[in-house]
Amino acid sequence: MSEEKFDAIIVGGGMAGATAAYILANAGMEVLLADRGDYCGAKNVTGGRLYAHSMEKVFPGFAKEAPVERLVTKEKVSLMTEKGSLDIGYSSTDLGADPDGASYTVLRSKFDQWMAEKCEEAGVMLVPGIRVDSCVVEDGKVVGIDAGGEIMYSDVVILADGVNSLLAQRLGMKQELTPKQVAVGVKEVIQLGEETINQRFGLRGDEGMAWLSAGDATNGAFGGGFLYTNKDTVSIGIVATLADIGYHNISIPELLDRYKEHPAIAPYLEGGESIEYSAHLVPEEGIHMVPELVRDGVLLAGDAAGFVVNLGMTVRGMDFAVESGRLAAEAVIRAKEAGDFSKESLSSYVDALEESFVMKDMKALKGFPTILSRREVFKDLPEMADDICKKLFTVDGKPSMDFIMYVINSVTAHTSVEQLTSFVSDIMDAM
Amino acid sequence: MARMSVDDKLALSVFHTDEANPHIVINEDYDNEEEIRKVVLACPAALYHYDNGKVTFSHEGCLECGTCRVLSIGKVVKSWDHPNSTCGVQFRQG
Repeated sequence: MSEEKFDAIIVGGGMAGATAAYILANAGMEVLLADRGDYCGAKNVTGGRLYAHSMEKVFPGFAKEAPVERLVTKEKVSLMTEKGSLDIGYSSTDLGADPDGASYTVLRSKFDQWMAEKCEEAGVMLVPGIRVDSCVVEDGKVVGIDAGGEIMYSDVVILADGVNSLLAQRLGMKQELTPKQVAVGVKEVIQLGEETINQRFGLRGDEGMAWLSAGDATNGAFGGGFLYTNKDTVSIGIVATLADIGYHNISIPELLDRYKEHPAIAPYLEGGESIEYSAHLVPEEGIHMVPELVRDGVLLAGDAAGFVVNLGMTVRGMDFAVESGRLAAEAVIRAKEAGDFSKESLSSYVDALEESFVMKDMKALKGFPTILSRREVFKDLPEMADDICKKLFTVDGKPSMDFIMYVINSVTAHTSVEQLTSFVSDIMDAM
Repeated sequence: MARMSVDDKLALSVFHTDEANPHIVINEDYDNEEEIRKVVLACPAALYHYDNGKVTFSHEGCLECGTCRVLSIGKVVKSWDHPNSTCGVQFRQG
């Protein structure tokens, strides 16, 4: 048993952990960053898109150097039924013109290794390939970590060990997740080639597209589908809330296959070759699932703290992770200056989170998990939209019913006054 | 694109399977069909099966997502941990 003492030990070399490690090392602290993957990112999966603003604060101009895939300049949101798709698209050269407002498609196994390199350059002791089993607690204070009997000590531990933070659970800071708090995301990365992607999606150079959908992706269950263009691959996947598993009899792997074969999706993937299949849980309950964030000698950041917000058209987790990692590191620096790593001292992290977009946005959007657990969004609304659009765009020589009447008939066929009132009231609450 | 089996999809990734220490252990005698159905449907790697009134599971090919634990800890799932150091899946894309 070795007895090294670090200023800080960080568990988890993802966005939150690597950001915290980098900042602490730059402040001159002795930092150990442990990750259970053979390399950082080996266990990580994103949809995914990174909103750049919080990374810009820590690594200004990072996109020039880091392995980002494409700059998102094209947005698409679709309501899908089995055969149809009602799409809303937006593209603008203004999207991404300002680095703070930019978003990039990323692949985590590549991106996280870049962040890990930055950490090592800053002097972080990077230790991949170790599973941390528990935090070492003495007199009620976290004083280190235990990895397979190997004990390492530190003034403070930052748990950035992801959505399945067993370490926070074992400390009692976090309860076991419930099925309504998380969704399972499954994804395939499909090799298409840069030129093919540009042609099929109407992109040039490093421009990229983000495409989210609700409805048929999950066969009406709570969740959605996504497609992001990477450099020469696309990431395609579905996300399904665990509380709604069993709503129908289609398995998660089968749902993804169905989605890839959807008539609105399949032509884009034609001739592609799947190069990876992955899965990961996504925190979904926003502010309602945020656990205890600090205790004596320990802080929680990133997915471990449940910092994700899903609005349907924007899904944010990585920008929250980076910001929370930064704020956690700054609180640790203050604690180090004061020589006090108690819960009270480290609580400056919680205050900083409250002042930042992390908690402000999570609070402002606290009603969205409720909206996104209503059947209307995933089943009734896509079917109604499909019905109305089909009527609107079909000319078949049959005498046509007044369009307004058709819309009214369609709305009443797919919903009821009570349902509509309660849905609108949920939306008003959420806003 | 032609469909691939889940096994073929899993074979795209590198796994260091810890044969001796499964990181997930199930309650083999568990018999609530509705709970078993959910885990069978939800596992992205299709590692849970229900045959002849019995639930079976293999940890080889596990994507370590945690879905089965959240759905069914204390029911189908007896214990769940991350695989041992250096074991399990290694994503190259992520």
